[in-house]
Amino acid sequence: MTAFVFYVFAALVVASGVMVVTARNPVHSVLFLILTFFNVAGLFVLLGAEFVAMIMVIVYVGAVAVLFLFVVMMLDIHAVSMREGFVKILPVGAVIGLVLFAELGLVFATWGFGPGVEIARAAPMTSGLTNTEAIGVVLYTDYVYLFQLSGIILLVGMIGSIMLTLRLRGGVKRQSALEQANRPLSDCIEIKKVATGKGI
Amino acid sequence: MTIGLTHYLTVAAIMFTLGVFGIFLNRKNVIIILMSIELMLLAVNINFVAFSAFLNDLVGQIFVMFVLTVAAAEAAIGLAILVVFFRNRGSIQVDDINAMKG
Repeated sequence: MTAFVFYVFAALVVASGVMVVTARNPVHSVLFLILTFFNVAGLFVLLGAEFVAMIMVIVYVGAVAVLFLFVVMMLDIHAVSMREGFVKILPVGAVIGLVLFAELGLVFATWGFGPGVEIARAAPMTSGLTNTEAIGVVLYTDYVYLFQLSGIILLVGMIGSIMLTLRLRGGVKRQSALEQANRPLSDCIEIKKVATGKGI
Repeated sequence: MTIGLTHYLTVAAIMFTLGVFGIFLNRKNVIIILMSIELMLLAVNINFVAFSAFLNDLVGQIFVMFVLTVAAAEAAIGLAILVVFFRNRGSIQVDDINAMKG
């Protein structure tokens, strides 16, 4: 049963991966990318890594893929002119891909675990803890500095992308809270002594 | 037939190759190139989780989080650069990206 589920997920991952790189329309590419992420999350569940699978769905499908979708839909892309030379480059890409795949296959075929691999584990899984609990126990103790650092990376990414896309247009009326708060009282109120029976 | 580590590694290898293939195939379209990079990172994540599961070592899954973080930040910055470039030039053809004359 597990084998059958694995083959279904793996076949879907590979098929949708092929569609990502060959689809004519970039929007279709993004949608197939989302399908790929879902199926990889399924593979992770099969491996017993539920937390990573859920994070995969939330972060990749919920954030990254939607970001891609927004940008693809926002920009005006000539999909046809983008595909010039598609057929011409296809054999070159195929050859390079096959060479890479053959090399990876050679590595995987001749590879095996060393004798001391059990001792070299940094955080062996203990029974009795769920996957999420176990990850939390390791992540917030041994890897807490790296965890903080990844937060800093996200902060830098956020500030960077905001600063890159920020555009201050002229001729737009804006409220400046700082200017408002710093106005002296003398600019705001003027006291007039009005004589009785006369206007201003 | 039981599913072993090699099966997962094969899937990851296929995905990585597809990522490289996609960069070659869509060399005019920056968005698809970014998506291909995401595919390659995904393949790396499959490798990490597979080794983690078969070695009973959690560090692989911890590292996937960091890869995920970097991938998210990279996608955000890359797409922001793309939007700025499109605003300035009105096109995202890779051939047009030659302001630095590199």
